[in-house]
Amino acid sequence: MSSTNPTSLPITSQEDIVVVRQAVRKAAVGAGLNLVDQTKIVTAASELARNALVHGGGGNVSIEHINEWERRGIRLSFIDQGPGIRDIEQALKDGYSTGTGLGLGLGGAKRLSNDFSIWSEPGNGTRVTITRWKS
Amino acid sequence: MERIPILKLGEFLLVSIQVDMHDQLAISLQDDLTAKIVATSAKGVLIDISALDIVDSFIGRMLGNIAGMSRILDAETVVVGMQPSVAITLVELGLSLPGIRTAFNIDRGMDLLRDSVAERQENQRVLNEPD
Repeated sequence: MSSTNPTSLPITSQEDIVVVRQAVRKAAVGAGLNLVDQTKIVTAASELARNALVHGGGGNVSIEHINEWERRGIRLSFIDQGPGIRDIEQALKDGYSTGTGLGLGLGGAKRLSNDFSIWSEPGNGTRVTITRWKS
Repeated sequence: MERIPILKLGEFLLVSIQVDMHDQLAISLQDDLTAKIVATSAKGVLIDISALDIVDSFIGRMLGNIAGMSRILDAETVVVGMQPSVAITLVELGLSLPGIRTAFNIDRGMDLLRDSVAERQENQRVLNEPD
């Protein structure tokens, strides 16, 4: 398995969410993802970047290309040092929101990704990693 | 401050979103459109999203809010030009855009607005007719 050096981008403002979307689009095109897969990973990135900003008080994302056996794809890790998520299962449910959103962010991002993992500890922040493979 | 332009065409308002909107810009558009519906007594709003290459839950909510508020203000909203990849992604995200009328392109969207306005005028006429 090989991967390129990840690019890291800050998420500290609404404008940063737009920058993250554009960087993820570029990476997805570079990894050879088709238009639908590009759109899915960019949309998932938009949801997770907003979560990091709104719920985590800001954070960053790392974007990397993955080459694993016959598979190619991109992997994104969103990290914040916010209050963390007490009940992850609950947070993944559609319609559950502690903010003003629709509560689709986390569950939606999971559905739009091939691989999804989440780590969170109350008081220590949250890390969400998603991967979309070239189909 | 950056703003999305709103054009008036007869009794309708037209918006074409051509930029990758940050959240505040989407909120401004929602507020501006609501104010403009009131100021112009518009009967319909057409929003062209053909240049948008994603619609996330925030933009989806904004479109829903616009449709809801315009309905309360006696105007119809039609969203036109959604890219197929965006539509596929929206469904998987879990957004079905309830209460939002959509059309394939601007021409069909305008037809839809004209028809619904004509239909409402007809209903009004029948209601107001003396027995």
